[in-house]
Amino acid sequence: MLKMILRRLAGAIPNIVGVVIVTFLLTRALPGDPAAYFAGPSATTEAIEQIRAQLGLDKSLPHQFVLYLKELASGDLGNSLSTGQPVLAEIRTRLPASLELTLCGLVLACVTAIPLGVLAATRPGSWIDHLCRMLATAGVSLPTFFTGLLLAYVCYFLLGISPSPVGRLDVSFPAPATVTGLYLVDSLIARDMETFRAAAAQLILPAATLGLFVMAPLMRMTRASMLGVLSSDFIRTARASGLSGTKVLYTYAFRNALLPIVTTLGMVFSFLLGSNVLVEKVFAWPGIGSYVIEALVSSDYAPVQGFVLTMALVYVMLNLAIDVMYGVIDPRVGIEG
Amino acid sequence: MGASATIAAPGWRDTWKHVRYVATDNPVTLGAFALFGFFLLLALFGPWIAPYDPLMSDTTVALKPPSAAHWFGTDSLGRDILSRIIVAAQLDFGIAVSAVFASFFLGSALGCLAGFYGGWADRIIGRIADTIMAFPLFVLAMGIVAALGNSVANIILATAIINLPFYIRVSRAEVNVRRNAGYVEAARLAGNSDARILALHLFPNVLPPMMVQISLNMGWAILNAAGLSFIGLGVRPPQAEWGIMVAEGATYIISGEWWIALFPGATLMLVVFTFNLLGDGLRDILDPRTRT
Repeated sequence: MLKMILRRLAGAIPNIVGVVIVTFLLTRALPGDPAAYFAGPSATTEAIEQIRAQLGLDKSLPHQFVLYLKELASGDLGNSLSTGQPVLAEIRTRLPASLELTLCGLVLACVTAIPLGVLAATRPGSWIDHLCRMLATAGVSLPTFFTGLLLAYVCYFLLGISPSPVGRLDVSFPAPATVTGLYLVDSLIARDMETFRAAAAQLILPAATLGLFVMAPLMRMTRASMLGVLSSDFIRTARASGLSGTKVLYTYAFRNALLPIVTTLGMVFSFLLGSNVLVEKVFAWPGIGSYVIEALVSSDYAPVQGFVLTMALVYVMLNLAIDVMYGVIDPRVGIEG
Repeated sequence: MGASATIAAPGWRDTWKHVRYVATDNPVTLGAFALFGFFLLLALFGPWIAPYDPLMSDTTVALKPPSAAHWFGTDSLGRDILSRIIVAAQLDFGIAVSAVFASFFLGSALGCLAGFYGGWADRIIGRIADTIMAFPLFVLAMGIVAALGNSVANIILATAIINLPFYIRVSRAEVNVRRNAGYVEAARLAGNSDARILALHLFPNVLPPMMVQISLNMGWAILNAAGLSFIGLGVRPPQAEWGIMVAEGATYIISGEWWIALFPGATLMLVVFTFNLLGDGLRDILDPRTRT
């Protein structure tokens, strides 16, 4: 088991190298003179030259790359132009907010999409199957930023059942003491049910927006893979041996159908992390997505670069976790791999 | 997807018959074709159809709800939302079509080379695709547009790059299973060059799965472009674009002026939905086994 995890880790290294090279190249691709860009619009020629030397832009490209790697290794992602704060610190404080949102979106999507997919697969051709198919196609067609707005309008303005869709917590509540940075978990640790409820109320709309978007691929894959497994010989044998319907469905079929579903999770995470940015903007969620949008508006490049790198590394790690999970669910994979 | 080894490209003379069959086999697909035609008309003749000038502001009618004069209402500057939506079709379609075709041509060329020659070409091209896929795709697109500069051309480029891996993979797989097929050997013995075999004998096999990919991708490309404009990248106001229009309406929706964001958002949704239905319909007919 440990050996397999190590091998997967080694397999992720080329991806990480690729990610680092691409982010490096993206900084060098800045339009115009990066030194002038980083120095700001009102800088003098000497200041620009000084920054050029400081950034190492007077050196050759491979040399610059080595310098870039050194900075990365020491955890230096540069400073934000507008606030002057180090990018890494800012990303670190904001990352839990984004992760909380993304994970809740994923959980919501899984608990609705997988049962629906199983239901559709056990009754192919029925109205529930057609409904699921329609829902799946409609789901991938939803622009997340638009669904978010619509949900906010209906639940806040029309029905008044949700709090003002701004931020992570209503202003009247103090943030729970930071342990994990996830408000839901932190408020539970502090045994503060009021805060927990308030945080959950703020979280539900953005998480549902994300969940709606990624439900579709999950539901499709669940249905397809369940259909495939249910028509296989060992299911027929299990049924012929007189096993109960639920046992065949959940112990035999579902466990085997899980593999392709877990594989789709990779794509699902790509969608989730991407649309996270849009949803954060709609709900003024103080995660790294809103941070990067603020930076984009003020042409502040260091946070954007740090953001792209962080997101890519988070994504590579998630894929790694999926790979490991795959091995746990299906021991055969470990032997072959 | 992709394992459609038994499907041969339809002959050109059958194409029309085939298109008609594809369109009429399933009423949903037919509806999708009709909607697609409608949106295409808007994209082509939008400026002539639109009842008002999309940029003309008239503060006397600012923030008016839908009425007989302004079917979809007016925005904060008194511009007619219906006209802006119609005119924006051209820009949104233009971005999506250019991006998808750029990645189609580049992706299938790279994929064919990788599948045909294998070895180093395959490894390098595969590595490029893997590196792109190592990023959450929308995030990579944001990074590219932010780095290269905020323009429509760069939105197209970024959308093309993030779609590249899908085309590389599909065409690589299709060419790879056929590179030692009998007819390829025969063509080679008859004195055809590698380039000719690739272009005339192998590439046509890639087209049917690619059509499905293009249709599904087109919707995704529009979503992407609109998402980028929504966060302020690419298209700039006052130009009409669906993503920007939703962003402009976002601040008003909380105070009850729903029509500013609703209509462009719903149009965007309907267009993407149309493309996805089309893609599904095409796939059902071209490759019934992958039906989900």
